Amino acid sequence: MQYLVSVIFDSAALASEEEQAAIDVFNDRLQAEGHWVFAGGLGAPSSATVIDNRGEEAMFSDGPFVESKEFIAGFWIIEAPDLDVALKLAAEGSRACNRKVEVRPFL
Amino acid sequence: MSVVDARAAVTQAHHEEWARVVASLTRRFGDLDIAEEAAAEAFATAVERWPADGVPPNPGAWLTTTANRKAIDRIRRESKRDDKQKEAQLLYDDGPPEPLGAIDDERLRLIFTCCHPALAMETRVALTLRMVAGLTVPEIARAFLVQEAAMARRITRAKDKIRSARIPYRVPSAEDLPARRSGVLAVLFLVFNEGYLATGPQTDPVRHDLTAEAIRLTRLIRSLMPQDGEVAGLLALMLLTEARRTARVSASGELVPLDEQDRGAWDTALIAEGHRLVRERLAAAAAGVAPGRYQVLAAINAVHTSARDIRDTDWSQVVALYDQLVRLDHSPIIALNRAIAVAELDGPEVALAAVDHLEDRLAGYHAYHATRAELLRRLGHSRQSRAAYDKAIDLAANTAEIAYLTRRRDQLG
Repeated sequence: MQYLVSVIFDSAALASEEEQAAIDVFNDRLQAEGHWVFAGGLGAPSSATVIDNRGEEAMFSDGPFVESKEFIAGFWIIEAPDLDVALKLAAEGSRACNRKVEVRPFL
Repeated sequence: MSVVDARAAVTQAHHEEWARVVASLTRRFGDLDIAEEAAAEAFATAVERWPADGVPPNPGAWLTTTANRKAIDRIRRESKRDDKQKEAQLLYDDGPPEPLGAIDDERLRLIFTCCHPALAMETRVALTLRMVAGLTVPEIARAFLVQEAAMARRITRAKDKIRSARIPYRVPSAEDLPARRSGVLAVLFLVFNEGYLATGPQTDPVRHDLTAEAIRLTRLIRSLMPQDGEVAGLLALMLLTEARRTARVSASGELVPLDEQDRGAWDTALIAEGHRLVRERLAAAAAGVAPGRYQVLAAINAVHTSARDIRDTDWSQVVALYDQLVRLDHSPIIALNRAIAVAELDGPEVALAAVDHLEDRLAGYHAYHATRAELLRRLGHSRQSRAAYDKAIDLAANTAEIAYLTRRRDQLG
């Protein structure tokens, strides 16, 4: 079972050196224990473009999250047998990156 | 067999077997929704069939088998639409129900799943009352003072989350157990309270099945966590409350307040057991283990159950314990109960001032108005007291309490 662990943050500030080091340690552990699927940091919401091609032609606009206070700053996709394991890993991830995270199952 | 006897048998089976049926079906099918629906259908079938066919010799086994069949029917119906493979698997798994014996663990598993920390506290309580205690959605809605439709949605969302986020169906590991127990205890206390002050015009004022169930489950958790002070505290609190159960409602179905209860009717065995647990926790507190809220509540009840009559009650001790409690628990209901004890120690005027401070948070709670009514009566403010009784009667949902409040109101000059 895979879970999306979204990092929720409220500024465009990148991870500090200390945070990055902790994230690396956490990532190594995810890989060593077989939980790693993928992870990455994301640019600020101001760098996002929304495309709507449901009509006659594709419309481009700034993202709907530009004005929102909190946004997704990055994510992990992890493999875990159940939510208990996913929550424990997510709690460690939150500690490592020093930000809130949200856990959501893939369908 | 008469229809009345068969109905009584179904009611009894519902009290005794509901959680077992749901737990064993959840184990087997891995889905709370299927388990709940199939269990409900099995009981509905019993209501139809038992008056004509007679009550089966082993109602629990009959209900589990019937519920299993209902669940398989539903899964077959649904799988016809998409997946023939699943159907084959189910046919292969169409074995007899789980043997008796693993029952307590099954229920505990169900409780820990319903009380999972990824669910909101109010959701855990609702889910446990539905799945474990077998309360109906309207009963749970009343216990929470919310609309039935909103409660039904809350329970459905919880089941969806358990399924799609894969909340595991198991008792937590020894390492996680202490952290997970607080949520479970809060839920059990609420179940106990629903039994102790049952709501609804069609309901017995005290539902012994619920209080007994809460006590049974708390005992079970104590056997698993014998060193846990709060588990011991909650069990003591429940026992000391349950001990007064029969004295609490009169023959005419009216609530009897503590000061009017026949103390000779209290259950001395339950009181002795409760006092033993409180002494055990007092010894731990003396050794430096800070007591939690259930232990303090149990100690308050130990003071009450140690008194020969209401005048013999050590009210300064009760108020001192409430002072300790308000530091642990900021609930306005605790503050209200503290004020009731203060009335005995410092008089109704001091207590009324404290109660009036709680209006913002408790204006929708019947006990707030009942307490005001009583204090106003003692102060001789009959007109205001009557108005407060009216509000309390309007908001109260327990038949015995309504009867008591009505009599008190009508006794006003």
